[in-house]
Amino acid sequence: MTVPALELRGISKRFGAVAANRSVNLTVQQGEIHAVVGENGAGKSTLLQIAAGIQSADAGEIIIRGERLIRPTAARAIARGIGMVQQHFLLIPPFSVAENVVLGAEPRRGPRLDRHQAEAEVKALADRFGLAIDPSRRVADLSVGEQQRVEILKVLYRNAELLILDEPTAVLAPVEVDDLFSVLRVLVAQGRTVIFVTHKLREVMAVADRVTVLRRGEVVADARTSETSMDELARQMVGDAVRLPGVEPGLREDARVPPPSRDPALEIDGLHVLGAHGRPAVRGVSLRIMHGEITGIAGVQGNGQTELVEAAAGLLPYSGSVRLDGHPIDTLAPGERLAQGLAHIPEDRQQRGLVLEFSIADNLILGSQRRFSRAGRLLRHAIDLNARRRVEDFDVRPPRPATGVHALSGGNQQKVVVARELSRRPKAILAAQPTRGVDIGAMEIIHRGLRSARDAGAGILLVSADLGELLDLADRILVLYRGEVVGEFRRGEATEAAIGTLMVGGRAAPHPPRAAD
Amino acid sequence: MLAVVGGLFIFEVIALAYGEQPAAVLGDLWAGTWGTGYGIGQVLFKTTPLIFTGLSVGVAFRAGLFNIGAEGQAVLGALAVGVVGSSLPESTPAVVAVPLCIGAGFAAGAAWGVVPGMLKARFGAHEVITTIMLNFVAMAISSWLVVTWLVVPETLHTRAIIEPARIWRLEAFIPGFRGSPANAAFVLGLLVAAAMSWVLFRTRVGYDLRALGLAPAAAEYGGVLVKRMTVLAMGLAGGLAGLVGTNFVLGYKYYHEEGFSAGVGFLGIAVALLGRSHPVGIVLAAMLFGTLSQGGLAINALVPKETMEILQAVIILVVAAAAGISSRRRLQA
Repeated sequence: MTVPALELRGISKRFGAVAANRSVNLTVQQGEIHAVVGENGAGKSTLLQIAAGIQSADAGEIIIRGERLIRPTAARAIARGIGMVQQHFLLIPPFSVAENVVLGAEPRRGPRLDRHQAEAEVKALADRFGLAIDPSRRVADLSVGEQQRVEILKVLYRNAELLILDEPTAVLAPVEVDDLFSVLRVLVAQGRTVIFVTHKLREVMAVADRVTVLRRGEVVADARTSETSMDELARQMVGDAVRLPGVEPGLREDARVPPPSRDPALEIDGLHVLGAHGRPAVRGVSLRIMHGEITGIAGVQGNGQTELVEAAAGLLPYSGSVRLDGHPIDTLAPGERLAQGLAHIPEDRQQRGLVLEFSIADNLILGSQRRFSRAGRLLRHAIDLNARRRVEDFDVRPPRPATGVHALSGGNQQKVVVARELSRRPKAILAAQPTRGVDIGAMEIIHRGLRSARDAGAGILLVSADLGELLDLADRILVLYRGEVVGEFRRGEATEAAIGTLMVGGRAAPHPPRAAD
Repeated sequence: MLAVVGGLFIFEVIALAYGEQPAAVLGDLWAGTWGTGYGIGQVLFKTTPLIFTGLSVGVAFRAGLFNIGAEGQAVLGALAVGVVGSSLPESTPAVVAVPLCIGAGFAAGAAWGVVPGMLKARFGAHEVITTIMLNFVAMAISSWLVVTWLVVPETLHTRAIIEPARIWRLEAFIPGFRGSPANAAFVLGLLVAAAMSWVLFRTRVGYDLRALGLAPAAAEYGGVLVKRMTVLAMGLAGGLAGLVGTNFVLGYKYYHEEGFSAGVGFLGIAVALLGRSHPVGIVLAAMLFGTLSQGGLAINALVPKETMEILQAVIILVVAAAAGISSRRRLQA
């Protein structure tokens, strides 16, 4: 057997009281696609950031092609051929693709950047690895999938032999995921090695050669994908048997307790919203969500979903009208809308949904400060009681209300947001990407919460990049493309293929687009 | 701590360069500050205005705003204290006169803080620029009013405030402080710091204000009226700075004088930084800077008092660097 591309030996890392990695061993062979899976907070990102020199380990060794990496830093790791594509892209939007790629290692002519040389080099690199992209375009104008390619190019430009991708598919549409996978296959065919982190076991089975499962900072399994199964991996990730969404047949036709009522919970009429740079982002969207109904919004990121939700929540100015339970709420400020019973699970949980420096308890009253205070004084006792209850209901870990939310994993942060929003007993819920980047366990809990809110009569607008989630939960699915509703599917008549085609601007073959209600 | 030790070390090197015994300089430094009753009184007197300006900058920081205007707010606050204090009839009882004067200082400072708050809320004007500019305007207003209307001939100060408005010197209670102008304004400072702590951490307004400072998008989402809170926070910051006048006017000179503020507003920025914008930290940091500025006078015979300013500068630099490092660490975690 050849020398492994990367070997991690006995890696341990603690953040305060939390052990992120506990003497983890990981071996990645040259030329393989290696998936690292695990729940949120299992220590996947930390482990790979250590491998890439971005974080330092408390103990353990990093061995790259047989040689130990001494005093690891990101620069040393890159010099030894390890490059990481972070979950959140680090690009400069007004710069061109080529400028972003060469940044920090620019070809120069005298003191000046040699733009032609840069573009030529980037073009050659893109062609070689099958990454279709025009190096002269501005990054600001690219789709998310294209931006990801720029990130991959950045790493390749620095001669990375081993590419580490942190949750590369979390932001992509299904078609883009396929493209990404073919890029990964080309990379491996050309002798590179790929490690990627994911929650989606389907992807592991589709593209990876080998998979390592982390749970609570420890390796619990390491297997060839041909010798394992999705069920087995899911069990290993969570530690006990869980129901995997979308795996059991018949789940999609699940028996609905009360059918949707005839009264609309949320009505949106002729909504127009301007997005960044004053471009129209939502163009005349109308929809009506009944009590006890979940309406899904499918679409590739950047087609107006974000603006649609933020406008309905009162966070962006708009024209058109929004009615909650029959009453117009257009003149109400965001806080007043929350108070009237419009819950909002924001897409950007870290900036919008949480005050990271606040404790779990304090975050659980955000938007309900008034209810938890008397004569301007915060009611500490009630706040703590509320926190203990929510933390238990949603299995937030660690279950200590005084913990700062910044110390929680992404999945647990999202549980805090969802717990808070559902505890308002809302009439309608705007749920934007409620399970993006969270693990199976958290996803299960969040879905259960949404279903029970629906059964309690809430009308839910569910925006998701995950078609499987929409097909599981939604009573009907609207497809948003360039700010307009281009198609509508009822439960049962929707297929991933049909929705996927509409999402990228194609014509619907089986079901012609219908005007929304 | 490290900052203070590092600063002291450099200070010692400078003392050596002046050909003085470092130990002797340190001895004088101690004797002039915490070593004698008079020294302690002087330190507390110098600490008091820094508590107010530190709290002023600190509360703005908590709301995500940078109040560089404490200097101007303090000047106008003191002017208001002086004007109200000297206009009251001599027969006003102290229980009326003192609160009126304190209120006037707070109100004038608050009014001067509300202006940049409104400019930001209405037009998006950055508060750093507007507060710096308004400092000059405040000082000009004060000069003009004092020189043309209020001045006592042959001086640069206003008429004296009435007897009942004058607050106690601490020497009346602690004989050891004899000769120092430390006064009840220090106690007021401690009370205000305690009140501040309560407001920030125990009330809804404090919750909203801190949320706005830490995560503006989440605050907006959570129903905080961002513009209103910006104006409120700047007004509160201005009012706190306006209380500086209580120390100087009500407790020491009994009149408002041109140029009394001598940079306390700007030093308040360092105090708030060092105290991490926490009221307890601010009081401690104000004590430290109060000690340093009193210490500068104490050792002036041996080495120039400007060396003390070097010491202050080193402390500020180390603290600023440490703040940067610790926030980066947290981001990585």
